[in-house]
Amino acid sequence: MPPVFELTGIQKRFGSVQALDGADFTLGPGEIHALLGENGAGKSTLMHIAYGLVRSDTGDVRVNGVVRRITSPRQARELGIGMVHQHFTSVPALTVAENIALAAGWAVVPNQLRDRTRRLSERLGLPLDPDQRAGRLSVALKQRLEIVKALAGEARILLLDEPTAVLAPAEAAELLRVVRVFTEAGGSAVLITHKLDEVLRAADRVTVLRQGTVTYAGIVAGQTVESLTGAMIGSESSRSSSLTALQPGVPRATAKRELIRLQALELSRESGYGIAIRPAALVVGSGEIVGIAAVEGNGQRELLRAVAGRIVRLRGRLEVAQPVAFIPEDRTSEGLIPELDLTENVALGLGLDAPWIRRGRIRWGEARARTADLLQEFGITASGPRSRAASLSGGNQQKLIVARELSRSPAVIVAENPTRGLDVVAAAAIHARLRSAAAAGAAVLFHSTDLDEVLALAERVIVVARGVISEVPPQASRATIGAMMLGGDG
Amino acid sequence: MARLSRLAWAVAAVVLGLGALAAGLEAMGYDAAPALGALWSGAFGSWYAFTSTTLVRAVPLILIGLGIAIAFRGGALNIGAEGQFYAGAIAATWVALHAGARPAPVAIIAVLLAAALAGVVWVALPVWLKLRFGVIEVISTLLLVFVAELLVSLMVQGPLQERGHIYPQSDAIPDSARLPLIAGTRLHAGFLLALALGVTLWFVFSRTWWGFKLRAVGLGPRAAEVSGRIDSQRVGAAALFLSGAMAGLAGGVEVSGVSYALYPNLSPGYGFTAIAVALLAGLHPAGVVITGILFGALEAGAGAMQRDAGVPAIAVYVVEAVIIIVALLATAPKGGWSGARMMRRKRPVASRAS
Amino acid sequence: MERRPYDAAEAAGREQGLLMELLALAGGFLAAAVRVATPLLFAATGETLAERSGVINLGTEGIMLAGALAAALGATAWGPWAGLGAAMLAGMCLAAVFALIAIGARADQIITGTAITLAAVGLTGTIYRRAYGDAGVGLSLPTLPNVSVPGLSSIPVIGPGCFDQPAPTYLAVAALPIVWWVLFRTRLGLQLRATGEAAAMARAAGVRTGLMRAGATIVGGGFAGLGGATLVLAQVGTFAERMTAGRGYLAIAIVVLGRWHPAGVAAAALLFGGATALQFLFQALGTRAPYQLFLMLPYVLTLLALAGVVGRVRAPGDLGRS
Repeated sequence: MPPVFELTGIQKRFGSVQALDGADFTLGPGEIHALLGENGAGKSTLMHIAYGLVRSDTGDVRVNGVVRRITSPRQARELGIGMVHQHFTSVPALTVAENIALAAGWAVVPNQLRDRTRRLSERLGLPLDPDQRAGRLSVALKQRLEIVKALAGEARILLLDEPTAVLAPAEAAELLRVVRVFTEAGGSAVLITHKLDEVLRAADRVTVLRQGTVTYAGIVAGQTVESLTGAMIGSESSRSSSLTALQPGVPRATAKRELIRLQALELSRESGYGIAIRPAALVVGSGEIVGIAAVEGNGQRELLRAVAGRIVRLRGRLEVAQPVAFIPEDRTSEGLIPELDLTENVALGLGLDAPWIRRGRIRWGEARARTADLLQEFGITASGPRSRAASLSGGNQQKLIVARELSRSPAVIVAENPTRGLDVVAAAAIHARLRSAAAAGAAVLFHSTDLDEVLALAERVIVVARGVISEVPPQASRATIGAMMLGGDG
Repeated sequence: MARLSRLAWAVAAVVLGLGALAAGLEAMGYDAAPALGALWSGAFGSWYAFTSTTLVRAVPLILIGLGIAIAFRGGALNIGAEGQFYAGAIAATWVALHAGARPAPVAIIAVLLAAALAGVVWVALPVWLKLRFGVIEVISTLLLVFVAELLVSLMVQGPLQERGHIYPQSDAIPDSARLPLIAGTRLHAGFLLALALGVTLWFVFSRTWWGFKLRAVGLGPRAAEVSGRIDSQRVGAAALFLSGAMAGLAGGVEVSGVSYALYPNLSPGYGFTAIAVALLAGLHPAGVVITGILFGALEAGAGAMQRDAGVPAIAVYVVEAVIIIVALLATAPKGGWSGARMMRRKRPVASRAS
Repeated sequence: MERRPYDAAEAAGREQGLLMELLALAGGFLAAAVRVATPLLFAATGETLAERSGVINLGTEGIMLAGALAAALGATAWGPWAGLGAAMLAGMCLAAVFALIAIGARADQIITGTAITLAAVGLTGTIYRRAYGDAGVGLSLPTLPNVSVPGLSSIPVIGPGCFDQPAPTYLAVAALPIVWWVLFRTRLGLQLRATGEAAAMARAAGVRTGLMRAGATIVGGGFAGLGGATLVLAQVGTFAERMTAGRGYLAIAIVVLGRWHPAGVAAAALLFGGATALQFLFQALGTRAPYQLFLMLPYVLTLLALAGVVGRVRAPGDLGRS
């Protein structure tokens, strides 16, 4: 049978990042097609192109064999494509029925709308209370609403962007069953995921993306966790970095002092939903670099921010030596204030501890001189300490944050994705700084979405999966860590 | 460099504003040249005109404008300064009439302190509503403007009405509670106070940690909070309180330096015009002093324009509006307000459950 | 003092007279309340539309003023009904300028609104003097007479208040169910509300949020213009500088107190109108009661409503966000 939906030779570049590099994707009728890949592999971008949210630089989109230019979600829906986003896209203050009407373009006549909503949701096997406000639904019901919305416009093609990420296992299984009912009735579904077990259990075919290119496309039958992991994160032999750094028996600092110690720690999720970290224990000593491997949204962010003192703990004990340096993930909204100049951004991070502040009075001359020193010391390319942070390149902004945080001679350094979006040279410079800080006796705790970076920088790796912290055994293979990250048995 | 381009924008805004006025007047059949001439001479034509109309008009604009600069720098949109001004005027009149028998410096200090305190009290409710219930201060401070105006009306027909119980105004305050005048003019010492506060704020904004915190919270509330060094909410609240104090003080200065009595319509909208003053000044204290004098000149010159050129004085509001809009468009795309507005919306969209 | 013999009939007559007087007073009070409320209701209805789409328009004060002057000019040239049309048009034009700056260029809504009001004060003042001379006194416009509903208008108390009012009052009341219907019973209204609550999510659903906001603001401006016209054509009969005297800001308070719902807005407008009418009542009774306290009451209620003390009030989620 001819494919219902086809993407060929898709290229997409965001700034300096090549998100998609000639990716092909073919969806057959009546199938569940898994789109597998790590964070940043280009899965979501590819489906956003399919749904008209993002325009590709090159490449064709065919729907039922006809080349289409899909430029808006509205157009995608008219072509029978529906999408369930990773994030909640309903209007919280409107009712379930109103949200469906908004998405599907239904008329707004209360009784009629209520009946129509009820009929639709029951036909799909996804019952919902039409009069409930969307904001008051539970997470699982919010997800359900998203799916009903996507299908309300008589969609024949359903794109699901990590729909099970926020669901409990039983709910996830139920969701996959519903998708199966949809495809058995003649629809086709794309399931974006990074959960291997889900692919093996629920999908008919699978396309694996790695760094914007397709590394595998074919039927699921015959695939194993190992073969898919290989396609997803690269075979061990093909990578220079491996777990050799994790070999035990080469302690770099003797007689480690414990600088971070957490016991039975519980944290609530920043968004207000549920628990981010279940009772957990972790000790990081002086001179240690501990890397956290985790898939987005598993609690690593909350863990790091709690250690950095930016989130209040729910329960348990948390002892962190002071001062703590914190390198937040988002450079321009959390790390720096782009409108301020470099000196001011340095002052922002150092606060009243800075030597140039006496009794609340700032001596900007001293601060500028110190900032100029930092610029030189860390090789930051800038026209001077008075230039605005916004005028720096991403790499130099990140170096500035690192310079500022390290200039406090911290006992503990906490970093989120310290090299995200940086080129190789800039990333290596930041790694070198973190290593020498550790060598000087600091404890470093960091997370990176890039497993390679975790393996390259860390001496010890922990995995956070669904709020549970586990130590990675020495000499563990990439595949083992990958499986642990994906919440497998590992 | 950034400062220079801001100055260029400010000049452009003023030129465009006056240009719009001239074009509008010509289009309506007025003769623009003599009108602008009268505007100029009314504002700057003589030492007396400059001190006794322009600068006298400028004092409340500078005082309130400095307060608004504090608030806006900290990301707090206090647009109810008019109400805080009246609260200050009421308190000043009350204290002056009841404690005026004291020797002059004591009486004056008591009057001004009471005025500033009243401004703080008037802004306390919006601060509380903001911190406790997340009510945006834009609406609450604005509502209290009208309550303050009614309170003035109530006062001058009740407890503070003049002895004859005929006119809706207070008795004249005693001499000891009046600000001294600068020789040969009607300009009072409040002008010096405004200048002194301008210098103080310049120091606070540019040389102190608190002033820096204020700016950081206004420009990047997220980053300020994540830095772990700054409590954005506290800084925002302090900014509102201080701006209220400044507006209240302006009310006190107006009573003890110009009107010597309380009556309705004491302010021709100083609290609103001062927003434009602070905005055009880029929230910079020296800029506020200069734009305050500029707007004082516009309003002073407007009177002369009406007298000497037959052009309605009210036309200068068009100039003010054009100046605000040009300044707004120059700063809007990446200016501080968008950042400041985010601060009050800390709840992530998806978790807004209620 | 001379003591007159007791006369039962006369006492009864006096009592009846007192009752009639009281009824007339109550009727007069209600009529005054409705009259004062009408321009507020127009402006608040328009502001409800704008705020439901996420736009807070402080320019409403200036737009009302522009409407008032346009009404005066239109009525002078072509009669009162043309004045009403001119006012609506002027309001929409000025609101379009607001939309251009605050929605098109994404400038801060609050400051844009303040500037629009200042511009309107200056423009109307200047144009008015140009059109009617410097003195401006003696300007007497053709006004819209009261239209009494036969039969109903003679009901005691509520008759004069509800059924003997100038045409704009009926227009304002008639607009309420229409606005309600559009907001809550049409796809357009749903898209509008979604825009005001969560613009990003509305965009995800394919709503053109900028267009929604601009549209709501401009239609809202038309309403505000009608409010200004009512002031001129059905109440004062003349124009004066700054004659709206804060009614535009009042409209914003009314929208908050009315909880962004047409029915609530109508009730809130009547409350504000009643507070003002109380002032007239006191004057009629000759008391020197501090009427200002009553005038403050609605503002205090609005603040309490904002704090959630008087029932729950929730502003549209994306209100004021450019």
